[in-house]
Amino acid sequence: MAVKFDQYSPAEKPVSADEKRLCYHCGDVCPDRSIAIGDKYFCCNGCKTVFEILNTNELCDYYSIEDTPGISPKQDLIVDRFAYLDEPTVREQVLEFSDGKTEKVTFQTPAMHCASCIWLLEKLHDMDGRIYQSQVNFPRKEVTISYNRETMQLSEAAALVSALGYEPLISLDTVGKREQSSAEKKLYLKVGLAGFAFGNVMILSFPEYLSRVGEVDPVFKLVFGYLSLALSLPVLLFATKDYYTSAWAGLKSRTVNIDVPITLGVGMLFLRSAWEILTQTGAGYLDSFTGLVFFLLVGRIFQQKTYDVLSFERDYRSFFPLSVTRKVNAVEAPVPIAQLKPGDRIIIRNQELIPADAVLLKSGAYIDYSFVSGESDPVAKAAGDFIYAGGRQVGTTIELEVIKEPSQSYLTQLWNNDIFSKPRHSRLNETVNQVSHYFTFGVLAIALAAALYWLQVDTGKAIKVFTAVLIVACPCALALSSPFALGTALRIFGRQGFYVKNTEAVEALSKIDTIIMDKTGTLTEARHDIIEFSGGHLTGAEQGWIKALVQHSTHPLSLKIFQALDVTATESVAAYQELTGQGIQGSVAGHELKLGSATWLGLSGEARQVEDLKTRVFLSIDSELKGSFLIANVYRQGLRPLLQQLGKRFKLYLLSGDTEREKATLVNLFGSEEELHFRQTPEDKLNFVSHIKASGAHVLMVGDGLNDAGALRASEVGVAVTEDVSAFSPASDAILTGDKLQLLNTFIKMSQATMQVILASFTISVLYNIIGISFAVAGRLSPLVSAILMPASSISVVIFTTVATTLRARLLRLA
Amino acid sequence: MFILMGVSLFAALLFLGAYIWSVRSGQFDDKYTPSVRILFDDEKMKTEPGEKPGTSKEEKK
Repeated sequence: MAVKFDQYSPAEKPVSADEKRLCYHCGDVCPDRSIAIGDKYFCCNGCKTVFEILNTNELCDYYSIEDTPGISPKQDLIVDRFAYLDEPTVREQVLEFSDGKTEKVTFQTPAMHCASCIWLLEKLHDMDGRIYQSQVNFPRKEVTISYNRETMQLSEAAALVSALGYEPLISLDTVGKREQSSAEKKLYLKVGLAGFAFGNVMILSFPEYLSRVGEVDPVFKLVFGYLSLALSLPVLLFATKDYYTSAWAGLKSRTVNIDVPITLGVGMLFLRSAWEILTQTGAGYLDSFTGLVFFLLVGRIFQQKTYDVLSFERDYRSFFPLSVTRKVNAVEAPVPIAQLKPGDRIIIRNQELIPADAVLLKSGAYIDYSFVSGESDPVAKAAGDFIYAGGRQVGTTIELEVIKEPSQSYLTQLWNNDIFSKPRHSRLNETVNQVSHYFTFGVLAIALAAALYWLQVDTGKAIKVFTAVLIVACPCALALSSPFALGTALRIFGRQGFYVKNTEAVEALSKIDTIIMDKTGTLTEARHDIIEFSGGHLTGAEQGWIKALVQHSTHPLSLKIFQALDVTATESVAAYQELTGQGIQGSVAGHELKLGSATWLGLSGEARQVEDLKTRVFLSIDSELKGSFLIANVYRQGLRPLLQQLGKRFKLYLLSGDTEREKATLVNLFGSEEELHFRQTPEDKLNFVSHIKASGAHVLMVGDGLNDAGALRASEVGVAVTEDVSAFSPASDAILTGDKLQLLNTFIKMSQATMQVILASFTISVLYNIIGISFAVAGRLSPLVSAILMPASSISVVIFTTVATTLRARLLRLA
Repeated sequence: MFILMGVSLFAALLFLGAYIWSVRSGQFDDKYTPSVRILFDDEKMKTEPGEKPGTSKEEKK
């Protein structure tokens, strides 16, 4: 029987269809033909099981919507894996709705990826009659299930979804956060309201514009005026609320942000119009007012490009599972992590996370700390060893005794650092706010000067001119250029696999001068290793023996060798033995195979020295040394040109939690060794970033693991690199898919180009303002001039920024 | 004239109301899934062993 290691995808080699078959369910290459139903082959029993479930439920349409849509169920199904969900405290957190009879729950299932997935997950009621309905939200990768409370448990619903290959992601972080969309809904409402008022007020204003003086019946004029006023009032009270609050908050902290002149302009516009209408001295500028608010809000919507699936705010809680198996008096039961106490005994299975600092009770643990410390090789631990939280067990099931509560562990203490409790330095629209500072005072000065002049000439006109200047100078175009330019850049980045949290991060990215990189998982590919055999030539039969031997071992290196060997294991293994920390041996087809460390195989001198630098597994057959498997990190493609380009423009540093073993390669890549720092703890990284920031540097941190979380947060721009965007990544300003790291330099260039576009559009908007102000100062700002000038300036700035940004992206080959 | 204005304003308000209702009821929450959902057939089918993957009922006829 063949084992499939799903997370290590086999090296893709062209194989003829005769030799290899693709799994009918998930499309992976089947190791052999042993698992089949009829003429359908499966790569593993998990896939076969899912097919059987679907076939019995007559749901095989799943396979006709898209080819091989399935997801191979990753873990061996542990029946009570979801039992913790039935605990009252957990249930309460997870459930969305419950009335005693019906319960509704939403699971995040990151594995969903195609139309077949949607179809299947919405057909759950055909599989299990106790489920009433299931509905998918694809952009969020969520499925909402409602089921009969009396006959079904929450854990059963989770198990069903999981059995189909859609492992629900239930962590402390995803529990109970659904409110974020309400702000977006409110914005949609505001735009709708402003748009409605804009359209209707404009229609009511047309008679005034299109007629000569006195042509419109004064009664109509009065009615139109009052109607416009009534339509505009909700816009003033509801739609523009954000601008007042933001301007007020800015003034309180003694800064003049862009919202101050906007509020001034918008407020003046409304007051003057209301005055003119109520005193029947004019028609007012209400169409300009509503139109302006409408354009401003559309800009806000455009600026808010949200990635529903991604979360930029994750901390260790979303990395940790919700529950762990606790052993009390030889009885195993799941318990929520928050309830773990020092002294508890916990059971950790293959690929599970250790949720708290603990002591190992039985030998045989291989802890993979790559995500926590950056060390790339799993560490063997013996009974009595201290194990930090955040490690992932690879291999057999182990038993541990908890030493500290999960929230007090070595790793999670990083989040007790001040940097996580302080709100981050607000850099909201820095450039725009600087400009608006001068702008506001300039406009006020012009308005006052004009008013003073008119006081001497025509007292009645002074107040009119004063308000007219403020109205026409409302920096609508100024306020629109930055959301549209940055919003466009944000979308271009998103299409290239670079998901930026918000427009402020794009702006911050354009100003960095220092780049700090992590090694494991950032510069190297987390899930791929080069495995080479050095020494003699291995025959196909010998490879088959080795494969047969390693498939008995759960050691991570055995797994890697297993999937690197492109042969079928047919022989059986006798006298198999695994010696912790040394190697494995066994007898295959009458030959004695030994696979392990140099010392264990009795090698000395040279061989051992090499071993310190790279991970090597030595092989002997019938006591004859054949050679060794070399396992090395794979650096990402295009890394050398990337680092060369970046090195010319920025100061580069490397902060790695790993040992110096790859130093030679890295010196070669970076060009010198002063900037390379090894054996960095999470705190070291955080302090390093804070330190060079204090010396005036603008830092871009590129990292991937929990150990980079502090540094990502402390830097101006933190970019989390990940292989799979729906998997966990630490809190950051942007998430970058690993294969797009080579474009990092282009992304930075793009952000700088975007800022240039914004500056250019400022010039345009200032030109418009000069024209408008000259009308206003001369006391000739009629509603018609304002009604033409303001939308014209807004629209032309919007078109200019969007087109210019897209063109710049084309030049950089991003669009 | 006033009746006409009233009617037009009423119609506009009606649309505004419809818009507000659509936002409130969550129709803007997921703009992708419904577009896929509408393409699915409701009928059930069972792929018999021996049948090629991707064969639909239409092709069998």
